[in-house]
Amino acid sequence: MIARVRSFDIRSVLMGSIGFVVLFVCWYLLTTVSQVISPIRFPAPSNVYQSFAQLMSTGYADATLGTHIAYSLRIVVLGYVASVLTGIPLGIVMGLSRRAEGIINPVFQLLRPIPPLAWIPLSILWFGLGPTSEVFVIWLAAFAPLVINTYAGVRLVDPTLIAAARVHGAKTTRLIADVIVPGALPMIFTGLRLSVQVCWMALVAAELVGSTAGLGHIMIYAERDLNSGMIAAGMISVTVLGVMLTFGVSMLEKAMMPWRRP
Amino acid sequence: MASTVTDRVLAQDPRAQRSFLDVPIVLALIGLGVFFGLWALAGPIHLAPPRFLPSPAAVATEIVVLTHEPYAGSLLQGHIAASLAKFGASYALAVAIGVPLGLFLGQSRFADRIISPLFDAVRFIPPIAWVPFSILWFGTGPLAPTLVVFAGAFSPCVVNAYRGARFVDRTMLEAAQTLGASRYRILREIIVPAALPSIVAGMRISAGIGWQSLIGAELIVGSTGLGFMIVSGEGNLTTSVVMAGMATIGIIGVFIDLVLRTLENRITRNWNPS
Repeated sequence: MIARVRSFDIRSVLMGSIGFVVLFVCWYLLTTVSQVISPIRFPAPSNVYQSFAQLMSTGYADATLGTHIAYSLRIVVLGYVASVLTGIPLGIVMGLSRRAEGIINPVFQLLRPIPPLAWIPLSILWFGLGPTSEVFVIWLAAFAPLVINTYAGVRLVDPTLIAAARVHGAKTTRLIADVIVPGALPMIFTGLRLSVQVCWMALVAAELVGSTAGLGHIMIYAERDLNSGMIAAGMISVTVLGVMLTFGVSMLEKAMMPWRRP
Repeated sequence: MASTVTDRVLAQDPRAQRSFLDVPIVLALIGLGVFFGLWALAGPIHLAPPRFLPSPAAVATEIVVLTHEPYAGSLLQGHIAASLAKFGASYALAVAIGVPLGLFLGQSRFADRIISPLFDAVRFIPPIAWVPFSILWFGTGPLAPTLVVFAGAFSPCVVNAYRGARFVDRTMLEAAQTLGASRYRILREIIVPAALPSIVAGMRISAGIGWQSLIGAELIVGSTGLGFMIVSGEGNLTTSVVMAGMATIGIIGVFIDLVLRTLENRITRNWNPS
């Protein structure tokens, strides 16, 4: 968000990298040269590199990095898609019908204060440890931002357009497909972007609480081994993939809404 | 509340009649009635065994029982107090460091260019991913979630204070500079007051993320707090304790938000005397 305000010229890129370079040098000096920070507390750059090398070749916590990533991604995609398929239609219904909104919204407001992460134990009780309970938590986590933004988006559609479509004899299905959804699309994408971040966080939490594979599994396994290099490798992988997922949704947003491109 | 699009279209249609089904409170009662009705009936009609889905009454009873019979080491009040203490300490620290850092970055272009990209990179780490390092640094005791709550609450504080300071009316800044105000006076009398509504909004977002991060961390590590209580309930297969804990977590979350919202409203009201 801060980045959006700044312009990207060569000078700010150079100045921006100063911070990273200084941090890296300090990190190197503190861990490797002077060894003020012991590798049990925080890894040296070489530890992180070795951890990545191990993850790529022999693997760690029963699998290689690729397998762990594939496992985590599969769960996130399943939960996210389930949420998109249920949350967006519900949001459209709530935006279109005041009665549906009046009935569903109170229930929604009642459940919303419970953070998605607090559902993890219940989900494990219901579905057992494993991918099903993780998918359920991710579905739940993404659901609220999707419903709220879709429904706000439908509310913002120009009523004149709806009246015009109705006057020209558009049936409800066509009205939704040709007027409501395109009109609400910017807000729907806001919901999609928010929920992808929430999903990713819920996945990491669910995998830290209990899992048999995945990126969170690497991290909790490494914590028990007191392997700080591996924890850092797990954190870096989680962060990079999270950024890539968010970026992917933004790309999709640009592709699907060419009329909003600057 | 704005009316829906169809309502606005229907408003021009004389055939559209209002019935009792358009009264919000009736609709809310129907919605909540169906929700609690289905939940209560799920056991008796064999939709879900009560062992997995205790009835609303059973969960409410469990909350009362938890207040005078210790579970997972302490009473419900004890778990609430433990969670709030951990949350309060880390949250206060995040605000105390985050807000000044944001204000500093917002008014110093040089610092902004060097530190902000670094901050942006760290911000992308999900707060909960700090759990393993938090354990390595603070042990498995009550301090374990510190880093996690801090990581969650820190960035909204910085971002909002930054925005508040960054978008201060330039005319006012220049007027103060022309009149010879010191840097400190400009900060105290122009930047902070102008940024205050944004800062408080950030503190509210921070509190929400911080509370959720704390519960997540307590599920993984520690031996006190509401998160620990529900994860113990899961371990003992007592679903009613898990659901009672979830309800409590929700209520405390609403309470924290209410406190900050009151603060936010008061500040916004004082700032726009219209």
